[in-house]
Amino acid sequence: MRASLFITCYNDTLFPETGRAVVRLLERLGVDIEFRPQQTCCGQMHANTGFRGEAYSQAKRFVRLYHDTEAVVIPSSSCVAMIRDQYPGLFEELGNEALRKELAALLPRVFELSEFLIDRLGVEDVGASFPHRVVYHASCHGLRALNLGDRPYRLLAKVRGLSQAPLANTDRCCGFGGTFSIKNAEVSSAMLAVKLQDIVQTGAEYCTALDNSCLMHLGGAMHRQYAGMKTIHLAEILASTEAPIAEALA
Amino acid sequence: MSQTAAAHPQLDPTLALPFPQAALPVLRNPQLRRNVAHAIDVIQAKRSLLVAEKTDWQQLRQAASAIRAHALDNLAYYLEQFETRCTAAGGTVHWAADAAEARQIILDLLRQESATEVIKIKTMTSAEIQLNPSLEAAGIRVFETDLAELILQLGNDEPSHIVVPALHVNRSQVREIFARRMGLENLSDDPQALTAAARTYLRRKFLTVPAAIGGANFLIAETGSVAVIESEGNGRMCLTLPRTLITLAGIEKVLPRFQDLAVMLQVLARSATGERMNPYTSLWTGITPGDGPQRFHVVLLDNQRSSILSRPIERQTLKCIRCAACMNACPVYRQTGGHAYGSVYPGPIGAILTPQLMRMQHAKSLPYASSLCGACYEVCPVKINIPEVLIDLRAKVTDQERGRFNRFLDPMYLGMKIANFLFAKAWRFRAAQRLARIGLRLFTAGDGWIHSLPGLGAKWTQTRDLRGLPSETFRNWWAARTPVSVESNKEAK
Repeated sequence: MRASLFITCYNDTLFPETGRAVVRLLERLGVDIEFRPQQTCCGQMHANTGFRGEAYSQAKRFVRLYHDTEAVVIPSSSCVAMIRDQYPGLFEELGNEALRKELAALLPRVFELSEFLIDRLGVEDVGASFPHRVVYHASCHGLRALNLGDRPYRLLAKVRGLSQAPLANTDRCCGFGGTFSIKNAEVSSAMLAVKLQDIVQTGAEYCTALDNSCLMHLGGAMHRQYAGMKTIHLAEILASTEAPIAEALA
Repeated sequence: MSQTAAAHPQLDPTLALPFPQAALPVLRNPQLRRNVAHAIDVIQAKRSLLVAEKTDWQQLRQAASAIRAHALDNLAYYLEQFETRCTAAGGTVHWAADAAEARQIILDLLRQESATEVIKIKTMTSAEIQLNPSLEAAGIRVFETDLAELILQLGNDEPSHIVVPALHVNRSQVREIFARRMGLENLSDDPQALTAAARTYLRRKFLTVPAAIGGANFLIAETGSVAVIESEGNGRMCLTLPRTLITLAGIEKVLPRFQDLAVMLQVLARSATGERMNPYTSLWTGITPGDGPQRFHVVLLDNQRSSILSRPIERQTLKCIRCAACMNACPVYRQTGGHAYGSVYPGPIGAILTPQLMRMQHAKSLPYASSLCGACYEVCPVKINIPEVLIDLRAKVTDQERGRFNRFLDPMYLGMKIANFLFAKAWRFRAAQRLARIGLRLFTAGDGWIHSLPGLGAKWTQTRDLRGLPSETFRNWWAARTPVSVESNKEAK
């Protein structure tokens, strides 16, 4: 099985440890990972801020870059949602017939990480060990756009030593919303405060998710408030094994 | 309470502050936020329970969505059919192109009746055209008969929700308003005592005022009937006691067939108030000699609706049946309440409807008043993809910006254009990553975190820290690593 990793612009820049974890995890599962260095961004930030033409030029880049791949794995559900939900409309409006065909052929091969593991590889137990109490934050795009359902919980359930903390109001947004967190910083912060309260109340050591964007938002507030909790991308939990400091070996 | 009212601008999108600023006073008002969150949580919990008991909920949504879409796709046909049938049954149909025309039609009708007073059923459409102030200015006293609308009218306040307009007011505040305006010093804040006070106050009006104005939940093309759905019975009073009845309805309110109500009533009551069935469903067709109002007028309001209808993505906005499930589910509305939206239509539906009713000159901050979490779309009983419309409206706002000569002075606009330039070539993006790493070092504290950023970044760091940039990007790590071949990995196992 060959898979191409689309790391996403912000993971590449801000959260390279997530990318390294995806590589470690998938190689451990026997996947032949490739990384195409021409990749940049999926266009979500531009699309959701109202820059359609700009979003389209990035969407076009993405489709051209990955048209010949067996599978594209993306450790960010909001970027997958962008590709799946918004690319068709963008290509309908701005693209040509050839590009629309290329997109339609590519879409079934684009996977969010938990989808790739469960739906494509058919694996729930990835051989991970992470002896900590963890709360899963269901990001809005994973929950509603991708309908990930119980996939992340099933993956977490098979991790050695891990105990899952139940979260109240799981379906409530953390208030990040991309440029929303800047344009409506105060409302975003009010939403964050409410979400953080639910998360901290679980008493978990780590808050995990399939989107580092939400985790950057939650983690930024945790750090500011000395909340005594950390954030970690699900890929990093799944990549952890009993081998000492796996990260350093990679 | 009058102080609260004064703190809110009129719900006039041409005057209202942009959403982020308008939200600030609410965010700083703990009482208001508690009122809103409590009310919403109660409705939400009831809704979830009653939706869950419908095993065919998704099919019902699909059916409701299809009925509304079909009506809109054939709107002219069904409106003309409604006009023909309603007229045949003794009603008079008026067509109003905009708010001013609708106000004038209603004013003229009331003048023909020599009415100096009018009673009203809750209608958001009348608030949309700012009917009450124009009637008052013409010397006609308006009495709101819906309990929540009465509270707002007496408290000189504005609606903050389309189903529960006084949702932001708690009962001790209601007691204060009623005690002051009705002269009832010893009134308690017991809900029964409050409704009894309202009942006494209103009963006189029901029995004496000769004209009523109401809205319509649905217009039935097949029969020329009008449907009003309500909880308190005040609507039933207004629809039966006065001699003249004026119904104001947006042109999108039409349903093709009577039997379509079977679907719409199921989804509406559950979505709006978390009830299996609303207490009062009034349906009437024209006039009945000797029974009820003897003069019946329907004012069909366009007010930008046909222009919304002409746009493929936005037209779904008109499927809305005003159940407010979207605002009850919205995490933004939960924090800000309705007044921050500066429009009679708040919440997610308001964020898409208001800018379109206003042709986007105003209210252009509203399409951004959402984190695009999708909770609104998930609960919408007629499946309006609100995030999709929000994004499309954002693109329209940006397209307006593109023509402005000083657009590059807007840091967000400039940032987006620069980012687009960088994302176009991987080498530019790599260079930007390097620059960012060096630049952000200046702001990174000893603990490896950024606590304060300038410019737009300050909007982030006002409440959150940001981890400093790691020393190596993922792509650099990948480029430098010795490839682990999968074959050798498998052998190692």
